[in-house]
Amino acid sequence: MAKVMSFLTRTRGNGKLHWTDWLTYGYLLLGVLLMFLPVIWLGLSSFKTDAELERFPPRILPMAQETVEVEGYDDPLPLYQITGGDYAGRTLAQIRRIGLNAQMVDPTNPTERLNVNIDDRQAVEHFALATENYSELFARFNFLKFFWNSVFITSVATIIMLTVNAMAAFALSKYQFKGRMVVLGLVIGTLMIPQTVVLVPLFLITKELNMADSLWGVIIPGAATPTGVFLLRQYMLTIPDEILDAARMDKASEWKIFWRIIVPLSAPAIAVLAILAIMWRWNDFLWPLIVLTSTDNFTLQLALNSFQGELNTQWSNLLAMTMLVLLPIACVFVFLQKYIATGIASTGGK
Amino acid sequence: MSHLVLKNVKKAYGELEVIKGVNMEIEQGDFCVFVGPSGCGKSTLLRMISGLESITDGTISIGGAVVNDVPAADRGLAMVFQSYALYPHMSVRQNLTFGLENMRTSKAEIKTKVAKVSKMLQIEELLDRKPKALSGGQRQRVAIGRAVVREPAVFLFDEPLSNLDAELRVEMRREIAKLHHDLQNTMIYVTHDQVEAMTMADKIAVLRLGQVEQFGRPLDIYNHPNNIFVAGFIGSPRMNFVAGRAGEVSASDIEFITDNGERIAFHTSDFDVPANAKVTIGFRPNHLSVSQDKPDFKVKVHGTEQLGGESFIYAKTLKDEAITVHLGGQTDITLGTEVGVTIHRTHLQIFDTETGKSLRRRA
Repeated sequence: MAKVMSFLTRTRGNGKLHWTDWLTYGYLLLGVLLMFLPVIWLGLSSFKTDAELERFPPRILPMAQETVEVEGYDDPLPLYQITGGDYAGRTLAQIRRIGLNAQMVDPTNPTERLNVNIDDRQAVEHFALATENYSELFARFNFLKFFWNSVFITSVATIIMLTVNAMAAFALSKYQFKGRMVVLGLVIGTLMIPQTVVLVPLFLITKELNMADSLWGVIIPGAATPTGVFLLRQYMLTIPDEILDAARMDKASEWKIFWRIIVPLSAPAIAVLAILAIMWRWNDFLWPLIVLTSTDNFTLQLALNSFQGELNTQWSNLLAMTMLVLLPIACVFVFLQKYIATGIASTGGK
Repeated sequence: MSHLVLKNVKKAYGELEVIKGVNMEIEQGDFCVFVGPSGCGKSTLLRMISGLESITDGTISIGGAVVNDVPAADRGLAMVFQSYALYPHMSVRQNLTFGLENMRTSKAEIKTKVAKVSKMLQIEELLDRKPKALSGGQRQRVAIGRAVVREPAVFLFDEPLSNLDAELRVEMRREIAKLHHDLQNTMIYVTHDQVEAMTMADKIAVLRLGQVEQFGRPLDIYNHPNNIFVAGFIGSPRMNFVAGRAGEVSASDIEFITDNGERIAFHTSDFDVPANAKVTIGFRPNHLSVSQDKPDFKVKVHGTEQLGGESFIYAKTLKDEAITVHLGGQTDITLGTEVGVTIHRTHLQIFDTETGKSLRRRA
């Protein structure tokens, strides 16, 4: 921790702030704000009530009005500080609003009703997190089901994709067979075809194979990606053939060479691809939207979309869910990001 | 019966024939060295024996059984590669055990074998390290250990010492020789370094352009090379050649006339030289001496190397043929002078200039 602090507070001038320090820290701060402000705003907003969300001008912190139980009234009444008129300085609870006046009551003297001009009162508020935005996701919507669908699709698709791509890359990089370059050309060629072009035929095939509206219909069509094959192939080319020959002399089957030699040695590239795959799959929206029709099969991204109705949007729940959708991918990134840098660096090198 | 037999083995990549019919018999326990200039096919031949490379024609048999279609893993061979080819992600111990595990050796047996081999090669302290943390010599030892631990019938070495520095190379050379002495296995060793070949081999096969030029014991090859190529390749510094033609020839005397017109008479009956034939004579640098009175021919000195204990003189004949003279001790011959040299009559090679073949009489 001390190390991290000393790293983060390093300066150019010894102990003092050189003007370049101001410049760099200012620049970095600007970057941090640009990157993080939307996320922070989202996080804060996800704890606001619907009323608070629609308030104009918006406020930074989620606030809630204080309420008080008053004898003779069933619901808790909102509290106001009176700023002018006859009752200035007192704290009253509002029963109802009639036109420009509000009917109020003193909590200490519940029997007497008081009339106050609405301009003379100011709501008594405190910082409060609207956690019901989150709890409702679990109570009223089947959040866990969506979450499971997303996790299942992401993890299974990533595993299948890594396996298939690594095997294809192994064959394309380490075996000399006729038409090898043609196959490689085809693989790279498909990179140039946009997904949207093949969307309809792909859907028809998926439907013919009875995979429409099932999680496998989302997983299988994306199992092999040209980018992945190409990335892994380029990396595997750097593994010397002599190691494979040595393994063959060591009586290892080709299958064993793949699992015990090639896969461990390509780990950096596979890690990069795994991160990319997890992000693609987790954030994938268009293809699941087309394939999945029943709510039970929805992924989180689709569920998010369903909050946005034609007539009204439940912003509070939508924002809360967006937060929850972001969290896993952020965690993946935090733990694996060092592989992205090292992996991409070493795939390029040598 | 020979242990490893190659019969008319060929290898072609499409039209290009890189191994052009090799015949060879290697006895059980022999240390056989394939030597030749780079591109001569020696490594390819080794890989064909190992099974990593397919053969286009001919047969390879090990211990009497033809192994043409037996995959590399089942031929009972082990190979040490030029780049060591250790598995970088495995510890030294795992490198040693990987092959044994694949052969489904029992755990206890693996343990004793690894212990024995690591002791023999002095790599016990390195067992838990990764190859990255080893020096070149240590990696080489591990690579050899990986081959030894499987107790193969034949060891194949593919230029194993070429990545080591000179000092280490000499040391490892001795160790491999000792290993061969201890294990008494058949070993095939590929190198382009004829010194390695001469010092280690029981048998040397000199290869050129996919063909075996000569196969035999090191000193036989050194003393009785089959042709100019072998004569020039084996021995360091290389043999001197002077072109010319035969003059008068009798049963016990041969007269040689250089292109420059010098006449040199030899008293020998070892060669079968037709009169007036175009021939080239060959003699090693240490079979020459500098003599001012009645020399065989004259050379012009263009370089000297004084090593203290011995000296080399680099010179050219008047027809621009390179001549190296090896002298014991030190010399005061300087650059640019012209000196006469005399050939020791006992060590002489005569080759047909056209075909390059030795004209030595067959015993």
